[in-house]
Formats: sequence, C-alpha cells, structure tokens
Amino acid sequence: MSARVRLDHDHVRHLLRQMIRIRHFESKCAELYQAQKILGFLHLYDGEEAVSVGVMEALTPEDAVVATYREHGQAIARGVGMNALMAEMLGKQEGCCHGRGGSMHIFDRKTRFYGGNAIVGGGLPLAIGVALGDKMLGRNAVTACFFGDGAVDEGEFHESMNLASLWGLPVLFVCENNLYAMGMALERAEARTDLARKADAYRMTGVAIDGMDVVAVESAARKAVEEIRAGGGPQFLECHTYRFRAHSMFDAQLYRTKDEVEAWRKKGPIGRFEGWLLKNSLISEEEVHRIEVEADAEVDRAVVFAEAGTPEPVGELERFVTMEAVPA
Amino acid sequence: MTDFLMPALGADMEAGMLVEWLVKPGDRIKRGDIVAVVETQKGAIEVETFAEGIVSELVVPIGTKVPVGSLLARIGEAAGEEPPAPHPIAAVLPPPIAPITSPVLPTGAAPIAAVHRAKVSPAARGRATELGIDATTLSGTGVEGAVTVADVETAARTIAVPAAAPARRKALDAAEMRKAIAAAMGRSKREIPHYYLTHTVELGASLSWLEAANAAQPVPKRLILAVLLLKAAALALRDVPQLNGTFVNGAFCPGEGIHIGWAISLRGGGLVAPAVLETDKRSLSELMSEMRGLVQRARAGGLRSSELASPTVTVTSLGERGAEAVMGIIYPPQVALIGFGMVVTRPWVVGSRIEPRPVVTVSLAADHRASDGHTGALLLNAIEQLLQNPEKL
Amino acid sequence: MTARITYREACRQALREALLSDPKTFLMGEDIGRYGGCYAVTKGLLDEFGEERVRDTPLSESAYVGAGIGAAMVGMRPIVEIMTINFSLLALDQIVNNAATIPHMSGGQFAVPLVIRIATGGGRRVAAQHSHSLEGWYAHIPGLRILAPAAIEDARYMLAAALKDPNPVLIFEHVMLYNNEGELDPAIAEVDIAHAKVRRVGTGVSVIAYGNGLIKALSAAETLAAEGISAEIIDLRVLRPLDTSTLLASVTKTRRCVIVDEGWKSGSLAAEIGMRIAENAFFDLDAPLRRVCGREVPIPYAAHLEDAALPQPADIAAAVRGLVRPA
Repeated sequence: MSARVRLDHDHVRHLLRQMIRIRHFESKCAELYQAQKILGFLHLYDGEEAVSVGVMEALTPEDAVVATYREHGQAIARGVGMNALMAEMLGKQEGCCHGRGGSMHIFDRKTRFYGGNAIVGGGLPLAIGVALGDKMLGRNAVTACFFGDGAVDEGEFHESMNLASLWGLPVLFVCENNLYAMGMALERAEARTDLARKADAYRMTGVAIDGMDVVAVESAARKAVEEIRAGGGPQFLECHTYRFRAHSMFDAQLYRTKDEVEAWRKKGPIGRFEGWLLKNSLISEEEVHRIEVEADAEVDRAVVFAEAGTPEPVGELERFVTMEAVPA
Repeated sequence: MTDFLMPALGADMEAGMLVEWLVKPGDRIKRGDIVAVVETQKGAIEVETFAEGIVSELVVPIGTKVPVGSLLARIGEAAGEEPPAPHPIAAVLPPPIAPITSPVLPTGAAPIAAVHRAKVSPAARGRATELGIDATTLSGTGVEGAVTVADVETAARTIAVPAAAPARRKALDAAEMRKAIAAAMGRSKREIPHYYLTHTVELGASLSWLEAANAAQPVPKRLILAVLLLKAAALALRDVPQLNGTFVNGAFCPGEGIHIGWAISLRGGGLVAPAVLETDKRSLSELMSEMRGLVQRARAGGLRSSELASPTVTVTSLGERGAEAVMGIIYPPQVALIGFGMVVTRPWVVGSRIEPRPVVTVSLAADHRASDGHTGALLLNAIEQLLQNPEKL
Repeated sequence: MTARITYREACRQALREALLSDPKTFLMGEDIGRYGGCYAVTKGLLDEFGEERVRDTPLSESAYVGAGIGAAMVGMRPIVEIMTINFSLLALDQIVNNAATIPHMSGGQFAVPLVIRIATGGGRRVAAQHSHSLEGWYAHIPGLRILAPAAIEDARYMLAAALKDPNPVLIFEHVMLYNNEGELDPAIAEVDIAHAKVRRVGTGVSVIAYGNGLIKALSAAETLAAEGISAEIIDLRVLRPLDTSTLLASVTKTRRCVIVDEGWKSGSLAAEIGMRIAENAFFDLDAPLRRVCGREVPIPYAAHLEDAALPQPADIAAAVRGLVRPA
C-alpha cells in the first residue's frame, strides 16, 4: 500500500460517504439519548470524522485498532456494522457486545477492533500489547491506537510511548487533539502544547497534521504505516481537530465560547471536503444528496434493527465474566 | 403533530429548568435547530430539535422546572406539506408535570432498649430442640459463658439442672427425671450400635491392699473399693483413648482429658452421672473425697454445671446391689460405658489348684462406630492389670 | 525418592517448564533477566531462553502489564512478573479496568489468558511500602482468578494450571516462603487451581489460612496438639473463587473456626470467609467465628513492631484456645 492518496472519483466519494455516515449516526445517537433510549454517557464525534476515516484508509483488515470512549467514528470507519453498533447502544443482546459494553466499550473481533476504553490513556498499554503479540507471532500487522490530547498527560501515555519505541513495536499512535480534555483547555494542561514534539523524547517520529483535512490525514497515515510496516518502529501522528458537540451530552460547555465553536464548524471536515469536491467537479450535488439520503436510510434501518432487538435475559447476568476457552 | 419533550442530557439528570425559548409559535424549525435553553446543575445547555415542522404551541413557560420526558412544546406539520415520514422512534410518554421534591429522610429511630438474652450457640440451640430441653436455663462452658452442644447433651442426662446463681435452681422432680432418662436412653439404643464385652477380674490383690491401707487411716479418710475401680478405669483409658470421648456428626472426637461420669442413683429413683474431672490425674484420696462430695451434692440437687457438662465416658458400679454384671446403655454422645458388677466369691484357678477368690465382672458397652471388640478388649485387660497392682493406682 | 527443593526453585522450575513446553509463553517484568529476578526466581532463564522470551522491562508497571493483556488477547501467553504487590498498584488500572473486564465488556469476543506473578507479604523489616498483603483486594474483582501457593507442590505446579486457564490469573507468592524447603512428591505431576486443601486433619477447630499464614497455622497446630487440642488446618490455595464447600465441610465437623489473614482486619478476605461461614453454617457453630489478622497499622520497620503487627503462631494458638477452652 503506498503513501500516495488516489484522488479518483470512487475514492473521494468513499471518503465523503464515510464521514457523512458517521455524522448522521452520531446525530441519531443524540436524538435517542435525549429520548432516553441510549443511557449513561454518550461522547459524540462531530467534527473529528476526518481523523478516523483518513487513518482507516491506511490500514488493512489484518491490522488492529484500539480506541477511546469516543469511538463510534473509529468503529464505523473500521467497518463495524451500524446494526450491531446501534443495538449495542440500546443495550440489546444483538449488539456487538451483547449489550454488555455500551457506547464506550465497542469491541468487534471480525474487524480486529479492540475497544472502546473509558479510562483516558487506558488503551495505550493494551495497544502496545496487541502490537507486541502480533509481532511475536510473525504477523505483519500495525496497531492504530487512537487517543485524545488529555491522554498525553497520563503516565500510561509516557510508559507506552517509551516501551513501544524501545521494543520497536508496530504502533501508530494517533492523537486527536481537539484542544479540550473534557473542560480542560490544552494550554491550561500542557507545559508543551506542541504535542507532536513529545514523540522526540522517545526517539519516535512525530508529525502534526491538519485533522480537518481527510486527504492530509490519509496521506500522513499511509506514509507512517508504510514506514512502520517496513520495521521503522512506532510513530506518533498528532491530528489537529475539534469537536463540535459537547464533551458528552451532559455538558454545559462553560469552558469555551459559542463563537469559537461556530468558527470551527465553518472549517469542519465534511463541509470543507464537500466544498472542495464540488468546486473541482469531483462530485455532483446530486451525488452528495444521495449519499446523505442513503446514510439516513442506513441509520434508520439500524434503529429499527436495534429497537426490534431483545434484552439479554437477566438469568444470564454472570455470563462472560469468565471464559470457558480462548475463542478460536 | 409531534411532541417536543424535555430531553435527557446526562446520566444523572432527572429534571431541568426551561430558561429560554428560542422559537415561537409559527416558526419553522428543522432537525438540528437550537430551540430552547435548559438550566441544569451543570449550567445552561442548548437543546436541539430532531423534529421538523412549524412550532404549534409552547406548553411550558420559562422558569419552570420539569422532569426529563415532560412535554415542552408541540410541533405541527407545515401547511401544504406532506406529513413527515413516520418517526421510527416511539415517543416516550411524558409523566405528569409535577414539582420535584427530594425524598425526606427519617430523622432517626427511637433508641433500642438493651435486651438481655441467654447466650446459646446455634448448634446448641439445635441440639436442645432435638432433646426437648430449654437451653436458655443452662449454664454454659463455651466462649463468653455460652451454652454449647456438650453442655446441652450433658444436661439431657439429668433433670437436676443447677445454675451458677441459686436463683435458677430447679427442684428435683422424679417424674421429669424419668422422662429425661427415657429420652436419652431411647435415643441411645436407637442411634448407637452397641457391642458388649465382659471380663472377670480377680480382686484379691486389690482387696488386701485396701484393707491394709484403710487400717492405717481414720474412718473418714478410708477408701472404698469403688475408688480403685474408678482410678483403674481412668488409667486404662489413657492407654485406650479411643473409648474416651464423643461421637458427633459422624466422627469420633477424643475427649480433652479424662473426665469419668460417675453414675449415682438418687433417692426416689433416677440417675445422675456427674464428671470427676481429670480422673486419671487425681490421687485415690482426692478421688474418695470427690466421690463423697458428688454423692452428697447429687442427692441434694447441688451439682455444678461443669460436673454435668463434661464427662467423656461413664462408669457405673452396682456395688452390693446384687447383680454380677451390668450391660449398660451408653449415655450419648459418649462412646463407652464401663460397668462393674457385684464382688462375689467364686472358684478361681490358681496354678493347678482351685481356690475361692473375690472376683468382679467388668463390662464394656461400646459404640461400634467408634471402636471395635479388639479395642474394647484392650481396655478390659488394662483394667485387670491395673487392679493387680493397686499400689500403683 | 522425593526431591528436596526450595519454594523459589519450584517457582523457577515451573517457569522454565512453561517456556520449554509452549513457544507462545514469554516473561516480562522488572529485572527478571540480567539481574536474575528480585527474588532470584528467574535466575538463568535469560541465558537459556534469550531476550525475546525473557524480557526485562523499564519501570512501567502499567505499560508492561497492559502489554501483557494486549499480547494475550491476540494469541500469546505472557507471564508477567510484578516485583511486589506494592508496585502492582501502579498497574491496577490495567488489571482491574482492562484484564478483568474485557471478556465481559466485549460480550465474550476476547479472552485475556494472562498470568501475573506477584510477590506479597511482610516479615522482612522493609517497612510500610514494601510489605502489603493486598491479595484480598484482588480477590474482590470478578473476572480474576487469585492463587496463593504455600506448599512446594503448589509453587511448582500452579503455574501450569494457570496457563491452561483462559482467564487472567494472579499468583501471589509470599516473600517469606521463597527460602522454605520441602519435599516435592514425584507422584504429583499437577495440581488443581480450584480447591482448598486440608493440610492437617483435626477435630476441635477449623483453622483457615493461606500463604505464609498457613505455615504459621501449621506451627500453631503442633503447639496445640501437645496441649491436647486437635486443630484442622486448611490451606485456602485459591482466594478467588473461594472453595466454600471444603471450608464448610470442615466447620460443620469441628463447629469452630479461626481464620488467619495477614491483611489488615477491616474489610479483609477473612471477613469474606467468615461471612460465608456465618451464612452457610450458622446452625452448626458452637462458638463465635474468630480472625487473626494484621493489626491496623502500616507495617513498621522495627523488628519487634513488625512482628507484633503480623499474625504469629502464638496468636493463632491463642485464638484457638479461646474457642476451645474459654477461660
């Protein structure tokens, strides 16, 4: 797989479609949450679509993904079906995790999607382990590990970066820097806000890119993954992005101004890419409209599927606590 | 017409206060528009609509706090437009709009009056029920003076129930005692597989030694034969500990020490078998005074709870009452009953001659679950040997 | 003919056997390679198996335990060593929030067949931060299996059984046991990691213990036997899940129970065991339940103070006497 992004019609349409699918899915989640169909915590991805979509283009089905509690975008871009995803959010046993995990703990074996993790920084040690195991088993696989700017402060980040670099593990550390760790602004939390430079401390290549530009993300991800696969060791990709919605649903956003949010919305990945495609006649208005209608239909089908789903019998409560065998 | 409800905005949000309407009746709204502002414990949150159409009616005035799911506004279809496709989500029925009140916690219950309860272990309670005894009237030897299973079982063998405090003493009642004995003996025969051994022991050496020893003592200090028999039994049990103890819950539990229950008959009928504690460690004169004291207290109803509670085996002697051997019934949960019959003169083989000698028949009733004939025989033989060397008792 | 080896040597043999028999096993931990292991358990293994399979890690408990979890999830069988239970607190997030929960959170899609060996316990005058007994905390967590080998055969063979378990298994080796010597019965080639074991049959009281507490309880039993008190000593072996049926069978027989636990009394594993006995054998009890636990103090440095803070054979014997021959 080369580092060059093929900007032909099929591919650009695919990139746009992926981002729109994610955006519509998230919107539906917000609606269901307000109607108390989805419960607990809900962390939506609006604004960050380009990061997941771009990075996934650089991965093969043999690679692995570890993500955070804000992982619907990663899951959809990776290929986890919307039906299973929505059913999981509604707590049904037809969900990808039998309704046991919920929004923050999406796991999918088929797509090598190793969660969903509600502990900030908690997925990084796991990701280096996945990479270590794959490497020891002779698999030519790369593990993409997604986390936010908040994770960079946790000890587990530093431990994992160091160990990955020391042992040459095939990990792509993808930092989605959306400028806020819940309500904590970057400049109030970081002694050094230039996050990509933290990789230098671990002798790791660290690159900062515009996370709102899906092509830039794909290009950078392809290059990094190619180098990792060639045995160059782990790499750190800092994607500058922004979340348009609150940290979670129950957030009054006292820590940032409406003007700031509006300004970033105008620079959002979908609008920007769509505008560029239309301007360069790489896509038609009609096609965009069709993509949106299809995305809506897909999401609606997922809701129907999920609503028709069944709650797991309470008698099975203690299932899955311990495994009978390692799944083949 | 679509209902616009107070949305759930967080995991622990129960209600919100509507502080601003950003639309008015007649406004056209589309999916994603911000239509209201709700104040929550975290601050003011803008609320978006997922419904599309014309605002028909604002139901809740600003400044009102309502539970999540309450009806806030009604959204109608725009005139001339087709009704929107059926919403795939069933509307959550709003609960009636009611003021939110926090639950009132009770200020605290009245103080609990101190209760005096007798201390009886759970196991002892169960046993007491089985045996038809009121455990709360017993004195206990367990932790913190609690009544234990052993205490209950000892009490089952007698109706004389002394207490640590005289106030709790029960009067002796022959009929009650009969009942208790009947219960214990009936149970023993039902549950314990008895085997019986007898052995005839020549007492010449013991009787002559006794005569000589007593000649040197004032009358009050003289020993009776029963003391020798008791001591011999105790020392023999040191060699054969399998017959000293209890059988409980399917297992033999060796006694902690040898405490022989000495069967004493009471005037008016009835029987008690209080323990002579550490029988094997007492001297003959100690045993004599102990036995005398026991008989006095037993007949006066003044036995101590420790004496009733702890026999690890029972010895019964018919004395001069006129039977050669006694085939007794074991007092449960003990595993043995040693009996001494009447001393009689019988022909005895000495060398190659036959001479008249004093003999006594020693019998053993034993629990076959805890021992077998071989073990029983060892005991009887040991007793015989000991009685041939009375100066060592 | 039985072999006489130390507990430490038994642990080493177990690790060596694991590395020899399954190419998917490998070790990770601090100073397990070049240093030879903090307690010399892994001495020689780096030379024999190389750096790929015996991996010295930087001081990053969270990272290398998490790495063990991830590697286990994708098909390897890592055996991670955490130097002491005190340092395991730095990896608590990975153990509790990841290892214990991923099989459940993923709805059974992923197993975490990880073994973690952790040294625990006090008695070496190394003071508060190096002397904890927190295995009771770990025994609280669903999804984990917690082992506490005390006998030599358990030190030798529990690891093999743990490696067959598809779930995360934590093995707690008490630091005072490493030098203990014992006979390894050649007739024993494997042990289970499900049951408690009666190490000494008795009739008067059931004494339940684990780890170094078991050794102390056996010592107390000797003293008590000379006084005519027959104590039944049970080696818990498995702290989670607890083998309640073995414990109850014993207590139903003896009717009295003393639980020995080096952890602090409040909220201890002993409290859990006591409660289970109260719940299931209440009507068989002839005396109150008793515990001999660590005193409520961070372990002190001064030798006499540390000794006073930890359960000792004399304390165990006294507790038993208090039940069997109350004053």
